[in-house]
Amino acid sequence: MLRPRIIPCLLVHKGGLVKTQGFKAPKYVGDPINAVKIFNEKESDELMVLDIDATVNKVEPNYALIAKLAAECRMPLCYGGGVTTAEQASRIIDLGVEKVSVSAAALADPSLLTRMAEAIGRQSVVAVLDIRKKTGLFSGKGYELCTHNAKTAHKLDPIAFAQQLQAVGAGEIVLNSIDRDGEMNGYDLELARQMRAALKVPLTVLGGAGSLDDMQALITACGVVGAAAGSLFVFKGPYRAVLISYPAQAQKDSMCRTALAAHRSR
Amino acid sequence: MIRIVDYGVGNIQAFLNMFKRLGIEAARARTADELNDATRLILPGVGAFDTAMALLNQSGMRPRLEELVQGRQMPVIGICVGMQMLADGSDEGEQPGLGWVPGRVKAFATHPQSQDLPMPHMGWNDLKIRPGHELFADFEPEPRFYFLHSYYFDAANKADVAATAEYGLSFDCIVSRGHIHGVQCHPEKSHHFGAQLLKNFALN
Repeated sequence: MLRPRIIPCLLVHKGGLVKTQGFKAPKYVGDPINAVKIFNEKESDELMVLDIDATVNKVEPNYALIAKLAAECRMPLCYGGGVTTAEQASRIIDLGVEKVSVSAAALADPSLLTRMAEAIGRQSVVAVLDIRKKTGLFSGKGYELCTHNAKTAHKLDPIAFAQQLQAVGAGEIVLNSIDRDGEMNGYDLELARQMRAALKVPLTVLGGAGSLDDMQALITACGVVGAAAGSLFVFKGPYRAVLISYPAQAQKDSMCRTALAAHRSR
Repeated sequence: MIRIVDYGVGNIQAFLNMFKRLGIEAARARTADELNDATRLILPGVGAFDTAMALLNQSGMRPRLEELVQGRQMPVIGICVGMQMLADGSDEGEQPGLGWVPGRVKAFATHPQSQDLPMPHMGWNDLKIRPGHELFADFEPEPRFYFLHSYYFDAANKADVAATAEYGLSFDCIVSRGHIHGVQCHPEKSHHFGAQLLKNFALN
């Protein structure tokens, strides 16, 4: 049986690992390579590493860091941050990375995904969509897509745009909730459900997980998806003490079994 | 030593990293001459079938590989698209495969039991293994491996099937015909399960 993927998402900022809240207030949580070593030992399903400086600073991906991460990583690795060309994506894959994600560059030019799919295969092309609930007086209801660490908003329907990216070459969509980032009070289940129903490619949901129960609720709502989290795997306790953790295989299996059974009986 | 056939596609570095950790000597081969000291071969591959076949054909290594594998019976393991290349051909493309393991590569998208599932088949799945097979020596119960693909191998002779997995349908995810093996999943990224499989291939 294909299992849901439980995925730690690590953010790189100024060479260190950080965790944000609402895409702001980065808190230093440790060294990237050391974190990968810990997730190796815990046998994490996958790992996602996002460089949150590269696009904003308009710099190339940090290939030296990516090479070090890939050499250490014993699980599938998805890298994102600063990728704007298919050549960069190929270079990253050649370093030993499985998947390359794009966000701002996909919004600027969706055909980038087609070129990436031709270069590295669509199974390795991931689009990360940073999505925020509209709250402005005149902006209307619903959701909006953002880039550049949520500093730029775009007038695009997130679900229709995800479908467009799927049509041009994305092999996976990551739904990243800006409002729920670092809040640890659960995923946006309604949006996740709508996104899952609208897409044919695998979906990973990020933003809001504070416990395995939150992941169980996501899998109950959506079936086999990727359940990604930052805070859940780097913080412990109400004071957010830094402690890298990951559920034991048996605990993860039992949670997924319960959730999938509940999903099927819905 | 183990030579990883580097014809331009595939995650060579991930295999080198894995063998380094296992303490097993391995290096990439970019030319036919670099295959001279090979005792075992790894044929990796990602992306589209035709692209991979065309690149292998252009690499100048194919005649030497055929001599080693078919003439000298050198053990070889194809991984992901590298496994699919062992087949006679693929529904994904027009190029003929190597034809080392009779069978054809088919699409999940056109099979009635899998066509409605998310594509690609991505994530950790359970393997149903043939007990006692050399690739599975010292395996723990309930082995699970990481998959990332949209096409699957359908072996012509089911005696060549060493393991199956389920994605809508039960498909042949590991084939083994004498010294020729093919693995659809990614042992280089499947934690201790994958390490054990590559170790078994390297040391058997």
